[in-house]
Amino acid sequence: MEEVQLEVSYGRTSNESAIEIDASHMDTRELNSLLRDLMLSGYERAVLRNVCGQRYIGTRLYSPQRRVMTIEIHGTPGNDLGAFLFGHRIVVHGNAQDGVGNTMASGEIVVEGRSGDVTGMSMRGGRIFVKGDVGYRSALHMKEHDQKRPVIVVGGTSQDFLGEYMAGGVVILLGLYGAHTASFIGSGMHGGVIYIRGEIGEEQVNSHVLISRPDDADTEILGSQISAFIERFPDLSLDVDCILDSEWTKLSPRSSRPYGKLYASTAPD
Amino acid sequence: MSVRRQKLYSKEICACSIFGAMSRAGERFTGERVIRAMASMHHRGNGLGGGFAAYGIYPEFREYYAFHLMFTGDARAQREAKRAAEEFLLRNFDVVHDEEIPHSDDVHVRDPPLLWRYFLSPSKHGEDIDLPDDEYVVRKVIHVNSAIDNAYIFSSGKNMGCFKGVGYPEEIGRYFMLDRLYRGYLWTAHGRFPTNSQAWWGGAHPFGLLDTTVVHNGEISSYGTNRWYLEMLGYKCTLHTDTEVLAYAVDLLMRRQDLPMEIVAKILAPPTWETIDRMDVRKRELLTALRRIYAPLLMNGPFAVIVAQSGRMIGLTDRIRLRPLTVATRGDMFYISSEEASVRLISPSLDSVWSPRGGEPVVCEIDGMFEGRLEHEIAGAA
Repeated sequence: MEEVQLEVSYGRTSNESAIEIDASHMDTRELNSLLRDLMLSGYERAVLRNVCGQRYIGTRLYSPQRRVMTIEIHGTPGNDLGAFLFGHRIVVHGNAQDGVGNTMASGEIVVEGRSGDVTGMSMRGGRIFVKGDVGYRSALHMKEHDQKRPVIVVGGTSQDFLGEYMAGGVVILLGLYGAHTASFIGSGMHGGVIYIRGEIGEEQVNSHVLISRPDDADTEILGSQISAFIERFPDLSLDVDCILDSEWTKLSPRSSRPYGKLYASTAPD
Repeated sequence: MSVRRQKLYSKEICACSIFGAMSRAGERFTGERVIRAMASMHHRGNGLGGGFAAYGIYPEFREYYAFHLMFTGDARAQREAKRAAEEFLLRNFDVVHDEEIPHSDDVHVRDPPLLWRYFLSPSKHGEDIDLPDDEYVVRKVIHVNSAIDNAYIFSSGKNMGCFKGVGYPEEIGRYFMLDRLYRGYLWTAHGRFPTNSQAWWGGAHPFGLLDTTVVHNGEISSYGTNRWYLEMLGYKCTLHTDTEVLAYAVDLLMRRQDLPMEIVAKILAPPTWETIDRMDVRKRELLTALRRIYAPLLMNGPFAVIVAQSGRMIGLTDRIRLRPLTVATRGDMFYISSEEASVRLISPSLDSVWSPRGGEPVVCEIDGMFEGRLEHEIAGAA
């Protein structure tokens, strides 16, 4: 393999561990390699300007020392933002595209606009906060294990197939801006929990999903996650008690193997 | 700071890209911004196909059908195809002007065919005499594409044109000098990542018939059924690519059967039976009838498409949106794209951005100023 020399020059902000980067002429690989170099050289905060479609921002940022940095994004990041994210914090001052937090392990992604399809797909840990709405198939095959329990909090609503094949984790839709019109919610869901604020019809939810009211333990989870959401979007001027004191629906799987008998009714459970 | 790094394998491809930009006021603009938007989605394709459809580009010939032809094969085959095609065209049309489609030799593209355009009007005789012009033209296009070796009419509408080939879309755009030579009020574009079919100049998108063009991201797994049905109705699929059936289906439903786009969308991407069962009785009956009558035109599989016609641009995905489509507006401008970033690149501020629901068409039509504005522009140019 050929070795390449990369020259990097940039201006430092007043904070020595922070840096500002103009991403306008960088491709995906350059930008992510630069972020990796910055992390390894001890930077704790990177402000990316003029981001336009670069993918996987925040990926490949694993270090044995578990270094973490905050990445602020101005512009529109490309698909799979924060893929495999390892403990870092990403803030998008705008909209994000498809695949936000794809298979992220830990850390946090905050989107100050809307987020596209498959938000939080295969997410393993950490949290995603979206101020606006999310697209199709959000929380697709999200899963949890032991202490790792991923969380997605959405200010608005979702499009169809929310929580498809969901295996773990928590999804909260606050329904702040209008009605929930999604269908096929929880198709193939076999783990985890979805909380929805506002009206949701039985026909919008897959038949192998149990519809119930949140109990005290649920309300505790909701309280802490909604408080975290409010903290990240202070401009919404929300009150946690006010939000909690609304009509809430809890969706959880009826079975751990909803499609166990899809092809042959005699298949073992 | 200087860092030494291993150079990684650099192939990074994933899907097709589609893009459309339209001025609802009928303002014409060059392809420059469209090419830039497509270049920003470079990595979605793999260089095996790129193309553009542009509307409003031939105002001086607006009364005439604009045929874009490609003649493939070696130089001799190209010459022979051109001779045979021209003999056929001259027999069936009055050709008012013809020329090679301008292209830039500075842009390297692979195996370009001979590309020629003809502006013509029907010259009907015999049993064709009573055919409406559009129907006559469609029959002649189908004849050339299926019966004359190495000759393909890949664009056949009035005051519009398709430009396509093998390469990345930005290369094809520069090859045809779309940023300098043409101004249109509506542009659509495609970057290709062929999956099941071969990469050749005729197989690049857009696919068109008359002034209907289609750019498509996805895969039509019902191609066999769709093709069988369309060929029964006189179409011939000659371009070795699934998307071709979409262009003919839209022609059949919208031109020949005069159905509105809302209905066409429900034929191409119908709701599931489960969803239909929950509808009120009138809607249920309509949707049930459509699914029964038009079952062979259901487009199965994942797709996002942009259909363009004179004065109109439509975005549509399959009913469960297995391919991305984002819609945005800014003033009179209307955009449809695989990715929001490509729109932001050429229009950083947007009035609204959304992703339509699967199976729900987004239709943008030019306002009533359209005809007058074009007249005005022609007068201004003269």
